[in-house]
Amino acid sequence: MIRESYLNTFVLALLIAVPAWAVVANEPFTITLATRAVIFALAATGLNIALGLGGMVSLGHAVFFGIGGYAMGILAHHAQTYTPLMDGLFLIEGTKSMPVIWLVAMVTSGIAALLIGLVSLRTGGVYFIMITLAFGQMFYYFSISWATYGGEDGLSIYLRNDFPGLNTLVPINFFAICFTILLIVLLLNALIAKSPFGLALNAARQVPQRAEAVGLNPQRLKLVAFVISGVITGLAGALFADLNRFVSPTMFSWQTSGEIMIFIILGGVARLCGPVVGAVVFVMLEHVLGDLSDYWHIYLGVLLLLVVMFVRGGIVGLIAGKHVAHD
Amino acid sequence: MTDPVLATYNLNKSFGALKATDDVSIDVRPREIHAIIGPNGAGKSTLIGQICGGLASDSGRVTLAGQDLTGTGTAVRAKAGIGRTFQISQLAMDDTVLQNVMLGALNISSSPWRFFRPALADRDLRDKAEAALARVGIADLDHMQVAELSHGQRRLLETAVALTRAPKVFVMDEPMAGLGADGSKALTTLLDGLRQEAPILLVEHDMDAVFALADRISVLVYGKIIATGTTAQIRASQAVRDAYLGDEA
Repeated sequence: MIRESYLNTFVLALLIAVPAWAVVANEPFTITLATRAVIFALAATGLNIALGLGGMVSLGHAVFFGIGGYAMGILAHHAQTYTPLMDGLFLIEGTKSMPVIWLVAMVTSGIAALLIGLVSLRTGGVYFIMITLAFGQMFYYFSISWATYGGEDGLSIYLRNDFPGLNTLVPINFFAICFTILLIVLLLNALIAKSPFGLALNAARQVPQRAEAVGLNPQRLKLVAFVISGVITGLAGALFADLNRFVSPTMFSWQTSGEIMIFIILGGVARLCGPVVGAVVFVMLEHVLGDLSDYWHIYLGVLLLLVVMFVRGGIVGLIAGKHVAHD
Repeated sequence: MTDPVLATYNLNKSFGALKATDDVSIDVRPREIHAIIGPNGAGKSTLIGQICGGLASDSGRVTLAGQDLTGTGTAVRAKAGIGRTFQISQLAMDDTVLQNVMLGALNISSSPWRFFRPALADRDLRDKAEAALARVGIADLDHMQVAELSHGQRRLLETAVALTRAPKVFVMDEPMAGLGADGSKALTTLLDGLRQEAPILLVEHDMDAVFALADRISVLVYGKIIATGTTAQIRASQAVRDAYLGDEA
C-alpha cells in the first residue's frame, strides 16, 4: 500500500516533469503526447469506477467519450459558424467556453449513462458486456449518419476553446488544465472508494446477496456508480476533442471502448493510478512503436497477453504488490 | 399468548411438480428460539428464501411485528428488521473484518449515499461494528482480511454482521455449519444470550445445538410442517422419530 502511493506519486510527478522539460527544450509535440496520455487516463479513471469498484465490464464507454466529444464539437461548431443551435421556443447559441462545454458534456453523458445503465444493469456477465457494446455501436452508426454534424467526416474546430485567464493554444496551458482535472478526479475517486458509498458498492460487487440482506439495493448502487463513471469519461471526451480540435465517429467506435479498457487492464483494475499508468504506457508504445511499424498493435497485443496471463493487478500490481484492504 | 414477531401464513412454493413448501405456517415469539429441523431437501432453504425475500411465494403471507411483508424484496425486509445469516458465508473476501461488519450497520445509523467522508471516520458506524465484533469475540481480528480468516472465524463474523443491525428477528441458516465441537459450543452460548435482544428462527442440522437452544422446534418434511412443539414434545413424538430423528434422539 505504501509502495503503491510512492508509485502513484512517481507517475504523477513524471507527468509533470516531462512536459516541464519539453517547455524548456521547446518540444511542443511531447507536451501534446503528455496531454493525450492525461486525457486517456481521465477517460479510463471514469471506466475504472464502473469496472474496478462496481465490477461492471462496460464495453460501451466510447458512448460517453463520444458524447463529450460531440458536445464540444457541436457547441463550438455553432459558435464558429455564428449559427444558433436551436431557435424555436428558446434561442440556444453555441459557445467557445470550455467550462460551459464541460458542463454540457458531463450532463449529457450522465443522462446517457443513466438510461444505458437502467437497461444494461438488468443483465449481468457476458450479457452486460454485449448490451453496452450494442449501445456503443448504436451511437457510432448514428454519428456516421448525422449529416448536420459532418457524418463520417466529423467536425473540425479551427481554434481551441477558451478558458478564462489562459491562452489555451499554448500547449503547456492546455496540458495544465487537463492535468488539474485529472488530479481532482483522482482525488474524488480515492474519497469515493473509502466512503460509505464505496463500502456499499464494494459489497454489491463482491457479495450482492449480502448487500441485499443488509437492506442495500445493489442495482441502484451500481447504477449510480455507472453514472459517475459515464460523467467522467464524458468530460475526458470533451477534452480529447479540444486537444485534437476535431471530433469524428471514431470516438464512438468499439475500438475506443476497447482502448479505454486496455488502459485499465495494463495499469491495474481497481487501482487508483492503474488507468494513469496504463494510459502513459499506451501512449509511449503508440509513439515509439508506431514510428517503427504501422502494425504496432501486434506488440501491444503481446504485452497485454503477458500482463493478463502473468501479472494479476496490472503494472501497478507488479510493482506495488497485491492489493491490500487495510485502511 | 403474545403476538408473534415473525409469522408466516400458509406459505406455498412449487418448482414444477415439486412442492418445496406446502402450507407452511410458523411463528416466532418474543425472546424465543424457534428451530426448524428436517432432512436434506425438506424445503428449509426455500422457506428461508420466502421469509427473507429472495424467493417469491406462490401463495401465503409473511408478517413482521404485524407489518405485512408479502411481495416485498429482500432489501425492504432487511430494513424492516429481518437479520439474516447465510449457510455459506456471504462476506467480502478482499475487505477487512471491520469493513464487512460496518456494512451491516450501513442503512441503520448512516446512509450509504455519502461519497466523500471515509466510512472509517464515521464514529457511530465504527462503534456499532466494533461492539458487534466484541460481542462474538473477534474484536482483535478487526484489521484482518476476511480471506485470511479460518472457517470458524468467518461463521462468527457472519453472525456479527447481522448483530450490527439490531434486527427485530434473526433468521439464521445453519450458523453452526462446518464448525468443530468447540466452535459450536461457543456459538451456542452466544445465541443463547441473543434471544433476549431478538428472537431467532434457527435452521440447524446440529441436533445438540438445537436441543440445547430451542424453546420450540418445528419439523419440516417434504415441505410440510409435520410437528411443532417444545423440545420434549418433539423428542417424544413418534412421527418425528419415523420421519427424521431415527435413533439419534
